[in-house]
Amino acid sequence: MATQATTVGPVIVAPAEDRRPAAGLWSDALWRLRHDPTTIAALGILLLMVVLALGADVLADNFFQWSFSKQDILSSYERPNLSDPAMWLGSDQLGRSQIVRLLYGGRVSLFIGVFGAATSLLIGITLGVTAGYFRGWWDDLVVWLVTTLNSIPTLFLLLIVGLLFRLAPLPLAIFLGALGWLGICNLARGQTISLREREYVLAARTVGARPARVMFRHIFPNILPLMIILAMTDIGGLILTESALSYLGFGIQPPVPSWGNMLTGATQFLTKGPWLVYAPGALIWLTVLCLYLVGDGLRDALDPRLRGAVGAKR
Amino acid sequence: MGRFIVRRLIQAIPTLFGVLVLTFLLTRLSPADPVSLMLGGQYDVTPEDREQLRQTLGLNDPLPVQFAIWMWKVLQLDFGNSFYYHRPVIQMIAERIPNSLQISIAALIVTVAVGVPLGVIAALKRGTAADHAIRIFSVSGHAIPTFWFGLIFVLVLGVQLRWFPIGSMNVVGVDCVFCWDRIWHLIGPVAIISIGGIANLPRILRTEVLEVISQDYVRTARSKGLREGAVVARHVLRNALIPVVTIFGGLLTIFLSGALVIEQVFNWPGLGRLTFEAAINKDYPLVQAGVVFSAVLLIFSYVLRDITYAFVDPRIKVR
Repeated sequence: MATQATTVGPVIVAPAEDRRPAAGLWSDALWRLRHDPTTIAALGILLLMVVLALGADVLADNFFQWSFSKQDILSSYERPNLSDPAMWLGSDQLGRSQIVRLLYGGRVSLFIGVFGAATSLLIGITLGVTAGYFRGWWDDLVVWLVTTLNSIPTLFLLLIVGLLFRLAPLPLAIFLGALGWLGICNLARGQTISLREREYVLAARTVGARPARVMFRHIFPNILPLMIILAMTDIGGLILTESALSYLGFGIQPPVPSWGNMLTGATQFLTKGPWLVYAPGALIWLTVLCLYLVGDGLRDALDPRLRGAVGAKR
Repeated sequence: MGRFIVRRLIQAIPTLFGVLVLTFLLTRLSPADPVSLMLGGQYDVTPEDREQLRQTLGLNDPLPVQFAIWMWKVLQLDFGNSFYYHRPVIQMIAERIPNSLQISIAALIVTVAVGVPLGVIAALKRGTAADHAIRIFSVSGHAIPTFWFGLIFVLVLGVQLRWFPIGSMNVVGVDCVFCWDRIWHLIGPVAIISIGGIANLPRILRTEVLEVISQDYVRTARSKGLREGAVVARHVLRNALIPVVTIFGGLLTIFLSGALVIEQVFNWPGLGRLTFEAAINKDYPLVQAGVVFSAVLLIFSYVLRDITYAFVDPRIKVR
């Protein structure tokens, strides 16, 4: 997997950048980010989604006055209308409010994305950095593990898991993360292999720093920007996987709504409630799109040299 | 070249072994008891019968022994009988693989036919509206949940407009492979599965073309008076396309995983749907076989990719 960020295209420096003296990685990055309207807009949408997801309880109780599990058979398949806030996006086969369920579904999707990404970052960075630093049999083992897991289409592997367990959201997130660390591991390993030959690592070793310290204090901070960028694409990818898995019925189990399992219900009654199909998928799309855009923006902001290098991951 | 192929095939063995170990462990270390799964809803089974079944299935042996026996059988393509259909699993898989390959191969052709021109246009018209449009398409295509897009396709073009069939491979009563009816049924799933690849390809190709275009030999070709079209076709494209070969392996991952959901959406009787239905029926010999075969297809495509890569680019050293 040659995903090392070695090929550098023509570096295009924005003209405005010349007028500002460099002031360290993070403040430079922040400055570039502020001048990138696409990323700011995407970040704004994501923040709004997080706020809505976190405030789902408050909104459902006070504004919509309709809990996510409240059923009303008499008003099933209500078309989207403006008479009642809870029916803005219509109701499903059991007369549950689509818009309230979407709020809670967003909470589940974002939760899975964030916790899954945290898990895969933890595993991927740990294995990647140690494999790249120690090399030898440990490296061989990690590479073998990555190649093996890479050879099984993720959803097929998840089917086995779905066959055996019905997982609650947190275990599911951890599980998805535990299968999604391969790209991160590859990049972390590649970066470590090149960083460990640098003079400052040699210097640290010369003064007697132990491997753990070298990896944590000298190598990790240098791959951190790259990993933050990857985390964004990773959250997006996990949300996509979760939705597909939940759509198939092996992910988040009803009655807990997730954008994926809401689509399962919608498909079964495609002709009776076609409006139920649009919103959940559109929200998945919007969320993942914003995450990818933020990832791209962060990449340009944190390290303009990486332009185009990360996108080849999937 | 022959030595390279042999060596690459040998390299695939540890990976295959890993796949088998993982599949075995995941299914065998589960809390579910194979005997109760197998007996399903039968109530008139005495504990003695159960114990005897355990013994016959080899479930009382130590785990490594069980694995060795299972692996030995798998290497002879014996995955046992399906718990649900009571048929040899391998037969059922063999029936479905051609159906899945049809989608994957068609999707590969569509992806290349659409993705390559888009990538080249994006690079040659860098900074123009076309470039931006392709980039927007690329990012949004990357982020779209394909199964949902498939649902929209079925809903709008199938159910509401009735332009396309809403599922399966043929109209009832028709059974053919190379005919209009089959193509008509293929359009939906193939278009939807290709989106992931079509979104991915231009991004990689654009970088490659930009890289090649600044090479000395391209300047030489231009300065000797070659037309721009000839420069692009003969000098730029042929070199820029080489690394694109590497993503084909990745594409097949997308296709196989995508196919699992898309086959469900379009009711396409492929490997993915077989495995999915087996998982629903808790038919775990069939699930095991489905996973192993999808992995074998993938490993094979990786090997094929590496061989093609070495073949089109003689600079690749045999490692």
